[in-house]
Amino acid sequence: MNKNSPRLRSKRKAVNLLMLSLTGIATLLVVTPLIWILLYIIHEGAPAINLKFFTQLPTPVGVAGGGIVNALLGSLMTVGLGLVIAAPIGTLVGFYAAAHPDSPLGLLVRFGADVIAGVPSIVMGIFAYTLIVLPQRHFSAFSGGIVLSFIMLPIIIRTTEEMVRLVPSSIREASLALGAAEWKTSLSVILPAALNGVVTGAMLAIARAAGEAAPMLFTAFGNPFMNTNYSQPVATLPHTIFVYAISPYNDWHAKAWATALVLITLILLLNILARIIIWWRTRTLGTIK
Amino acid sequence: MIRTQPHSSNTLLIRLRKFFQHGDRIYRLLLVIAVLLVLTLVFSIGAELWKNSSLSRQAFGWKFIISSTWDPALTDTFGALPFILGTLVTSILALLVAIPLGVGTAIFLAELAPNYLRGPLGFLAELLAAVPSVVYGLWGLFAFVPIFVHPAANLLNKTLGFLPIFQGPVFGPSRLAAGLLLGIMVFPTITAVSRDVLLAIPNNQREAAMALGATRWEMISQVLLPYGTSGFFGAIILGLGRALGETIAVTMVIGNNLDLTASLLHPGYTMASVIANEFTEATFDLYLHALIEIGLILFIITLLINVIARLLIWRVGRQNKPEKRS
Repeated sequence: MNKNSPRLRSKRKAVNLLMLSLTGIATLLVVTPLIWILLYIIHEGAPAINLKFFTQLPTPVGVAGGGIVNALLGSLMTVGLGLVIAAPIGTLVGFYAAAHPDSPLGLLVRFGADVIAGVPSIVMGIFAYTLIVLPQRHFSAFSGGIVLSFIMLPIIIRTTEEMVRLVPSSIREASLALGAAEWKTSLSVILPAALNGVVTGAMLAIARAAGEAAPMLFTAFGNPFMNTNYSQPVATLPHTIFVYAISPYNDWHAKAWATALVLITLILLLNILARIIIWWRTRTLGTIK
Repeated sequence: MIRTQPHSSNTLLIRLRKFFQHGDRIYRLLLVIAVLLVLTLVFSIGAELWKNSSLSRQAFGWKFIISSTWDPALTDTFGALPFILGTLVTSILALLVAIPLGVGTAIFLAELAPNYLRGPLGFLAELLAAVPSVVYGLWGLFAFVPIFVHPAANLLNKTLGFLPIFQGPVFGPSRLAAGLLLGIMVFPTITAVSRDVLLAIPNNQREAAMALGATRWEMISQVLLPYGTSGFFGAIILGLGRALGETIAVTMVIGNNLDLTASLLHPGYTMASVIANEFTEATFDLYLHALIEIGLILFIITLLINVIARLLIWRVGRQNKPEKRS
């Protein structure tokens, strides 16, 4: 009786309305920083962007002009090396995890990938430092690339695994039934079917690795000069932003914003492209299933 | 001639088959090697950190965790307490911000938003996760802290200054700034996982609640939230893992100060930020080993946290399987 009283009913309705609108407000609150960050970076960074910014070396404090060509090259070198190491291993592991999801080794490696993904990037940096920098006694682009490969690995594994799983098992079984060997099936049937998935994983991994500043502090270390030698330190985009941002000079702050604009444009483009591919894949392959 | 023809093609077939079987063996070997490489990586991270922190472990033992003296200049004494406390305070603060916002947004995205909003909003939340830490730090240092955190800190100090956590003097770069920035950074993780947990809950649960006359909020709060509890905990713990290890952004806004005060408005230090700040300046081995030991503690904590989180999230997935089939 009491439960149906009009007062209680209107109270329940009011609570309902209040809480539901609070979730909407939470969503709004959360989208605000993203928009704020993007607009602010464009506003602060755009004035310093010009062709010279991409083609010149950094200038000392107070000297006008100067660019980030060394950091662009350094990021390309370290991320490139990371990708060359992580992509084949990650793809193979992803194939394994998708083919044997419930075997002990399959479970273990999926768990291992999760663990690696959860290790803070600064700890990865220490690991690469003790592994490479300490024995070699000098910072290097090589150690920076290695640490980025560790960071990319779990992302490539997870995406590859998910995308390989989306390939209908009927296609795989048809190939095996026709007498093709397992490796042949994987290479010429499953890989082409899952290829944009694998590429997507690589793109997400690149986007993540390109933004990592913390492990670069004591691996790639930074370098104000042009360097193409893997055994020497290099500057990278995120590390350059960090160094410029914590400096006390206004013209370096402006360069930090401009570098951030370049970096975030790259990363967001990669992400948007990757999401579009994933969305498209799940849609088309989902309907075949 | 006629007889030998099929015979020779037969041996060819056998040879081919043998070759392909061989190929399969190589393929499987490659797969297993790659898998073992990944597993070795996990173990060698722990092993390297353990090995390279030996000096500090021998010198200070367990006191390392409870001592608050960090003095590389005069006495060479190292204790990690200020950093451990700083990491705890900023991470808890981050969760206080991110849990209501993250779960609220997940509810909105999974249960309430019309279809045309669901995709774009989820996409925006994912982009928020893609913004690099150093960009958050830059924005935090020059925009978020001076424009929002500092005025807010002044207000808190004026109105609630009698509480020890809001005592002055008020600084811009502070534990509060780091905690709030971390909250923004952790939120996408919590939202994404909570949304997946909500979407994994079978529809008959919702229908049953609605059929009994529950309002939407009652359905969410009394059916969905209890049903997915372990999944939400998993999401929160994953977020916590991210907050604990976050380095660059925190280093840029926390002020890097060793004082052990209760005030959130005071600059602080975290485990990750002390590594970032002092690692390349560590001039002698004990100093370096002490920093690596902090890294080791961070590694062990995040490892445990991730294991717990994964187990909790897996449990929700398993719960649902039999019900979906029936």
